[in-house]
Amino acid sequence: MLKFLDEYQDAKVARQYAEAIKAITIHPWTIMEICGGQTHAIVKYGLDELLPKEITLLHGPGCPVCVTPLELIEKAIEIALRPNVIFCSFGDMLRVPGSKIDLLTVRARGGDVRIVYSPLDAVKIAHANPSRETVFFAVGFETTAPANAMAIFQAKQQGLQNFSMLVSHVLVPPAVEAILNAKENRVEGFLAAGHVCTIMGFTEYEPLVQKYHVPIVVTGFEPIDILQGIYMCVRQLENGEAKIENQYSRSVSREGNRPAQKLIRDVFEIIPRKWRGIGQIPNSGLGLREEYAAFNAELRFGIADHQIPEPPECISGRILQGIKKPYECPAFGTKCNPEHPLGATMVSSEGACAAYHRYRRLPPREKESLLKEK
Amino acid sequence: MCLAVPGKVISINEGEPIMRTGRVSFGGVIREINLACVPEVKVDDYVLAHVGVAISVVDPKEAERVFQYLKEIENLSNSEE
Ligand code: SF4
Repeated sequence: MLKFLDEYQDAKVARQYAEAIKAITIHPWTIMEICGGQTHAIVKYGLDELLPKEITLLHGPGCPVCVTPLELIEKAIEIALRPNVIFCSFGDMLRVPGSKIDLLTVRARGGDVRIVYSPLDAVKIAHANPSRETVFFAVGFETTAPANAMAIFQAKQQGLQNFSMLVSHVLVPPAVEAILNAKENRVEGFLAAGHVCTIMGFTEYEPLVQKYHVPIVVTGFEPIDILQGIYMCVRQLENGEAKIENQYSRSVSREGNRPAQKLIRDVFEIIPRKWRGIGQIPNSGLGLREEYAAFNAELRFGIADHQIPEPPECISGRILQGIKKPYECPAFGTKCNPEHPLGATMVSSEGACAAYHRYRRLPPREKESLLKEK
Repeated sequence: MCLAVPGKVISINEGEPIMRTGRVSFGGVIREINLACVPEVKVDDYVLAHVGVAISVVDPKEAERVFQYLKEIENLSNSEE
């Protein structure tokens, strides 16, 4: 029994929350969960099937693996193919298709591609292999930024000359605003990503709530968290309110984690970033500051800007913005499946396409039984 | 990708602030976790760890709120009936 985890998967409590949501829902509402971890839990436990039919959940862009642009995957592959390089990455990135191959193929061809649990492990690898170049593929949202910043900080402190980072960091609030600004937007309320807010707090969402009159509920990742988050969001919608509420208060405060924010600010600066399928969003990414340019893998390996078109049949960009559902993609489950993904939302277990492919075939009963009966 | 798991801090290695680590038990599996971002943490606290770094100390009082909230809304709807 894992404390602060298992109790949030209790089947009885889940049903009670589902009942409570039913009791207050009168109008149809469309709510987007931002984070891929939440999408995964919703589809895995069939939480959307517990909800009244008036409520539609849309799956947001909250999977950094899914939104890393093709150019960066290509750069990663190009660096990993070099003979003297140890290329370190989180496991999820290895199967993201580049234009021809993926990082797993690079490994099969003899490239030294290693899966690490933490960027700090990559720093240790660099330390242990002074004659080789160690590169870490730093993808992630705000949640992962302190760990990546700390890796850079430690590498600098240890005077490591052979460590660098390929940075593909994205920020959530600008993406939320981009979704709200889209012509086809249907989202009326958001569940904000609990771990992103653990780091950043939620002051950044306060202007969005006002400007777009849209409720935002900071929400955790376990089934009960998500159901409570939906309850809070629906209650606001039914009451015509739009405020920021914090469901995930066991981890999130309004101000967030100050030491972590300082670390991020010291090492990174805000830059425009391209999101796979969505395109460039201003101020939506992090890049290394000038002082840390020596650790920038793009500069170290002198990789020119690649421009690569995305496969035309993949509609993952529209899925990431909540405009389409995975089964509306003609390639879903046919030309595109987890063994042969066309787009990144089919690769990562948190991508909406992969989650639907894996769990949507299970009958509802079996999914519910994943919740814990006491 | 933003997965963070709660674990119990068993011991803390004091040291330079940025290198401060602790041994954290995740249901019996023990890992060394960097504690630089949670300076307030004590042994026996629960932290949320993400890619080797603790990002918050779980607040045990707030952790109960999910269940209290359910009772509150149930009472509310009963009193309305
Ligand atoms: S099913 Fe495959 S091709 Fe279609 S949107 Fe999803 S990832 Fe892209």
